[in-house]
Amino acid sequence: MSKHTLSVLVENRFGALSRISGLFSARGYNIESLSVAPTQDPTVSRMTIVTMGDDRVVEQIMKQLNKQVDVIKVWNLSQHDAIERELVLVRVAANEKSQDQVIRISQNFGAKVVDAGSGSMSLAMMGDEQEVENFLNLLKPFGVKELIRSGLVAMLKNGG
Amino acid sequence: MEKFGAEILVDTLIEEGVEVMFGYPGGVLLYIFDVLYDSPINFILVRHEQAAAHAAEGYARASGKVGVCMATSGPGATNLTTGIANAYMDSSPIVAITGQVTTQLIGQDAFQEADAVGITRSITKYNYLLKDARDIHRTIKEAFYIARTGRPGPVLVDVPKDVSSTRAEFEKIEKVGLRSYNPVLKGNPKQVRRAAESISRARRPVIYGGGGIIISGAAEEVRRLAESQQIPVTLTLMGLGGFPGTHPYFMGMLGMHGTWSANRAVRDCDCLIAIGARFDDRVTGKVDEFAPHAEIIHIDIDPSSIAKNVPAHIPIVGDVKTVLHQLLKELQTTAPFDSTHREKWLEEIGGWEEEHPLHYHSSKNSLKPQFVIEKIYELTRREKPVITTEVGQNQMWTAQFFKFDEPRTFISSGGLGTMGFGFPAAIGAKLAKPERLVIDIAGDGSFQMNIQELATVAQYKIPVKVVILNNQYLGMVRQWQEHFYNKRYSHTCISCQPDFKKVAEAYGVKGYRVEQPADVGPVLKEALFSDEPAVIDFRVEREENVLPIIPPGKSVYDTILAPPPKRRQPSRKGRRMK
Repeated sequence: MSKHTLSVLVENRFGALSRISGLFSARGYNIESLSVAPTQDPTVSRMTIVTMGDDRVVEQIMKQLNKQVDVIKVWNLSQHDAIERELVLVRVAANEKSQDQVIRISQNFGAKVVDAGSGSMSLAMMGDEQEVENFLNLLKPFGVKELIRSGLVAMLKNGG
Repeated sequence: MEKFGAEILVDTLIEEGVEVMFGYPGGVLLYIFDVLYDSPINFILVRHEQAAAHAAEGYARASGKVGVCMATSGPGATNLTTGIANAYMDSSPIVAITGQVTTQLIGQDAFQEADAVGITRSITKYNYLLKDARDIHRTIKEAFYIARTGRPGPVLVDVPKDVSSTRAEFEKIEKVGLRSYNPVLKGNPKQVRRAAESISRARRPVIYGGGGIIISGAAEEVRRLAESQQIPVTLTLMGLGGFPGTHPYFMGMLGMHGTWSANRAVRDCDCLIAIGARFDDRVTGKVDEFAPHAEIIHIDIDPSSIAKNVPAHIPIVGDVKTVLHQLLKELQTTAPFDSTHREKWLEEIGGWEEEHPLHYHSSKNSLKPQFVIEKIYELTRREKPVITTEVGQNQMWTAQFFKFDEPRTFISSGGLGTMGFGFPAAIGAKLAKPERLVIDIAGDGSFQMNIQELATVAQYKIPVKVVILNNQYLGMVRQWQEHFYNKRYSHTCISCQPDFKKVAEAYGVKGYRVEQPADVGPVLKEALFSDEPAVIDFRVEREENVLPIIPPGKSVYDTILAPPPKRRQPSRKGRRMK
């Protein structure tokens, strides 16, 4: 079992998203994250799906995705050189004493303080899987009150 | 030109070549039914929507054209779903049109509202919710295109009432194309070359053919491959008719109720040529022991069927007929096969056939279901009838004891295993092939699942014949209880049942009941060759089993065989081979 990032180009049509997410649940494949939005061509959407499975399962997933009438093309980005990013919004507990430390961590990771209230700070951070994990690990001791992740978006390097 | 949505819909159906439709009206379909009232389409009013979908599939499978069914919103749509799921599993091209509540009411829990598109998403090849009358023409054309191309399947179009009742500009489009949908037809030449080399190298090859042969119209190509290369053939249930059942190279069906020789041949073969088949669990049994010594060539139009259950050494994605043409051509330039090995292999298979042929113990006093089927075959073989079946023992005995020489003459629910399929499918088949004799071989359980269609055949005088192998049991489940659950016949006895002869008569259909072997021939002759529908209730031996059987998840060596033909023994219990 390993993690795979699939990039799926689909027709931006009614029901396409539920058809694809429904395929995963109907056939017992898991989805770790899924993000979808239109591309530069408004008739086409890009889905980035992170899934777990052994080679055989992932091969079946790819085939089942390709079989969908709405799907234009599927890439397994884990087999290619790809750029992967995720957006994270996190609210951490912060008092006057810890505030500076939180800001310093944020700066190290290029995160932005997007809101600050009494006793907490909200940060916005973008990075690849490893960076996000490191960032969150460092914030953990302060107390993470809320965490929202966008799910991975990814792109082939050099335009595929 | 401006037209009402309902007119655009019906005009487009006619343009797509629709001559027959099966369905049931309802409130949101009234505009469409009003247009159908004076359209040339022969609309068959069924008595339950499920039957409309099965009849559309029977029509599609007998004719090779797209079958069409229609039902209203809510319960009409949900009643269609079993038939849609059946068509999905068996890759049959049907277009299902459902009515929907007006667009403003969608999502309001309106009267007779159900999310037809949501409900059928996982059992259709594709589906649509029409929201604008201007899209009707293109959508219906796309639906037919998707249903019949690639790996065929059902497509549903949900039509809200206001969409069918508003006027819209009707502009004909000639051709539909979808950038995201381009089925591959031609096999990769390198793979075809590898397959040809593998076949000519093989000493013990076997062709394992499925429904793809029939769908792509490749029976002739399969026969040429088998004959030119001296390769024995076995077929799946869905493949029956894809290679002549009377051909000396035909080993019979394989799998759970397949012949001993076919299953042994697959076990021992060194090259398995899978053509339009999908390695279903009823075929493979224990996957690790399925063709364990073979180089597997797998030809299928659906890439997701390849290596799904059993890995293929030489996968070839493409249309079966096209790929077989490539393969036959390629084989002309590969090294010739060694015919001494092939002869030896065919001899060996002949030995297995002799060792354990398909057979049953005939009886003078009681009716054997297999005897009834053999008799039907004997009396009708010259007419090449279309046979449909229900699901269970009736289906397996038909597959074993009837010999299908032509494609599209055997129509059965393979993947989904839907009881109640055969009778409405027979209605559809008869409308597709009015000149052919059409017989539904049924069980008493299955027949009761769509028995109301007797009214349909009576109303339209559709002369289909229903042969009930009546053992007053849900026979296949009872058989499993006998084999695997200590004969504890939990809820499988259905001896409380109507007199089927009288039921038929009550509907205005000719009914018969047969209890003695001597009456089988005369009654069949009268009932089958009349020009009216008929129901024949054969009171067969109640605890007859379908043998051989490979218990689920087991291998050929675990086969429970029928008792040997010569030794007469009263017990019908199978003998286990080890």
